Amino acid sequence: MFQYTLRRLFMLIPVLFGMSVIVFAIVHLIPGNPAETMLGERATPEAIERLTQEYGLNEPLPTQYVLYVKNILSGDLGTSLRSKRPISEEIWPYLAATIELAFASMLFAVVIGVNAGIISAWRRQSWFDYVSMLIALIGVSIPVFWLGLMEQWIFANELHWLPSTGRDNARDPVQAITHLYLIDSLIAGRWDQFLDVVRHLILPSIALGTIPMAIIARITRSSMLEVMNADYVRTARAKGVKGFSTVYVHALKNALIPILTVVGVQVGFLLGGAVLTETIFGWPGIGRYIYEAISFRDYPVIQSGILVVATLFVLINLLVDLLYAWIDPRIHYS
Amino acid sequence: MCQKLMIETGQSLSVKEPLPEGKYPSGQEAQETIAHVSPWQEIWQRLRVHRFFQWGAFVLVLLVLLAIFGPLLTPYSYDGTNLSEGLKPPSSEHWFGTDDLGRDIFTRVAYGARISLWVGLAAVSGSIVVGTLLGLVAGYFGRWIDTLISRLFDIMFAFPSILLAIAIVAVLGGGLVKALIAISIINIPTFGRLVRSRVVSLVQEEYVQAARAIGLGHAPIIFRHILPNTIAPVIVQGSLGIATAILEAAALGFLGLGAQRPTPEWGRMLADAREFFQSAPWTVFFPGVMIMITVLAFNMLGDALRDVLDPKLKT
Repeated sequence: MFQYTLRRLFMLIPVLFGMSVIVFAIVHLIPGNPAETMLGERATPEAIERLTQEYGLNEPLPTQYVLYVKNILSGDLGTSLRSKRPISEEIWPYLAATIELAFASMLFAVVIGVNAGIISAWRRQSWFDYVSMLIALIGVSIPVFWLGLMEQWIFANELHWLPSTGRDNARDPVQAITHLYLIDSLIAGRWDQFLDVVRHLILPSIALGTIPMAIIARITRSSMLEVMNADYVRTARAKGVKGFSTVYVHALKNALIPILTVVGVQVGFLLGGAVLTETIFGWPGIGRYIYEAISFRDYPVIQSGILVVATLFVLINLLVDLLYAWIDPRIHYS
Repeated sequence: MCQKLMIETGQSLSVKEPLPEGKYPSGQEAQETIAHVSPWQEIWQRLRVHRFFQWGAFVLVLLVLLAIFGPLLTPYSYDGTNLSEGLKPPSSEHWFGTDDLGRDIFTRVAYGARISLWVGLAAVSGSIVVGTLLGLVAGYFGRWIDTLISRLFDIMFAFPSILLAIAIVAVLGGGLVKALIAISIINIPTFGRLVRSRVVSLVQEEYVQAARAIGLGHAPIIFRHILPNTIAPVIVQGSLGIATAILEAAALGFLGLGAQRPTPEWGRMLADAREFFQSAPWTVFFPGVMIMITVLAFNMLGDALRDVLDPKLKT
């Protein structure tokens, strides 16, 4: 396991290197002087000159790249042109907001998806199977932003059940400590705020979690169907193990690997795909942070934001790989 | 090629129907029956009875008809504004209602079908051509070329796709064509990896070794002997890929990074209608439903094609 972990970590290096090249190239592929692009058409020559000096933009590209990587490795993600603050300082609250949303969405996706998949496989060709697979098919086809808008329309504007935008009650904001509001409200011992944060999370996490939920339901169903025909499940049944525990205890354990793979991939999707959900629900997350940076030509934020999300994505995938090497020891040898 | 494909799909060569007792064909008769059904015919036979294929194809035909003839059914143009008719609910005059500028939503949605179908097909075609070529080269030549191309795919996969698309659009600038190019680029590794993995195993096949042994060059081996055998999974993935591409184009349009006003692209329409959706929900409802139906149709087609062409891919 140790060797496998080392090898997997080693394989990360070229990927991280390539990612940094691509992200670096984003700004430098734009025709013209990056400083001019960043500052816009009305920038004074002095301002352009200052920025060119500051970023070393008149150095040859390889030198600039080395400088860029050096900065990143020392924890310097650059300075936002809009807020004039170091990105490494201001990025966390946005990232925390997205992580909280992604976590809630994944919870929704896994709980509903896995159970729907299991029951569909267990009661194959029943009405439950047909209905849940139809929902899963619609689920992968629905545009997230449209689903979000429909949710807002029905549950916030028509029924007034849930808040339509934001993370917490603007009149009674959560005292930010970790910026994960679920945790912050608990630290403050404010159950009312905790519930309020949960209420704010429900609509966006359903919108964001629907596609992963549908994919997880489909993969769970098919991998359960495969496992449930296996000899050991039949033996368990023959021994008189009840239906419920054959399915949930015996079969599920071995159907887990493909499910886990999908979950890993989908976490990345949630981090990146959150930009649409965040736009609709006024969620101050990392996707929104990057997206808004585009209209302000805040290239350092675009660069570093994308790099941070992609690195997180890669690390999560690594974690998933290691996790299933742990669940299924056969993977070590492949 | 055909025979190979049959072996790969694991299908028997003839359409099996139970024979009456005592009427088993002789070996020669059986051979003749086999000869009558070409693999493509058999694929078609299996496909046309697949319920997902029937539904998907039906919806798609309707969409194509809507795209071609839809705008002719109404007297309105997609960008003809009429402020006195603004935000009218669906009626016999305006089937899907009107938007804030009094434009007929049905006409716009029908034009939007042209755009989305075109974007989906064009973007995926681009990804398929580039991805397949890279995959063929990587899988066939192996060694450092394979490492280089595979790592490139790994790196591209490391970016969440919509973010990568946003980044590319940030470089290229907005607009429908730029968005299309971005979508095409981000989907290249999907096809590249698929083809590569197929090619890696095909290179080991005896018929490829034989082709090499008789002195055939790389290009004829790759394009005549290997490429045809990678087509089945590419077709399956292509159909599913069109669904994804349409969704991605709509997402970019919704974010204001794709089609620009007054182009009636569905995602863009949704974004423009957002502020009115409380007072005029139909402005948001119809473009969204259209995206969903179109994507659903391609997903159903893809699922059916996968069942028939490439059961191994089944998830």
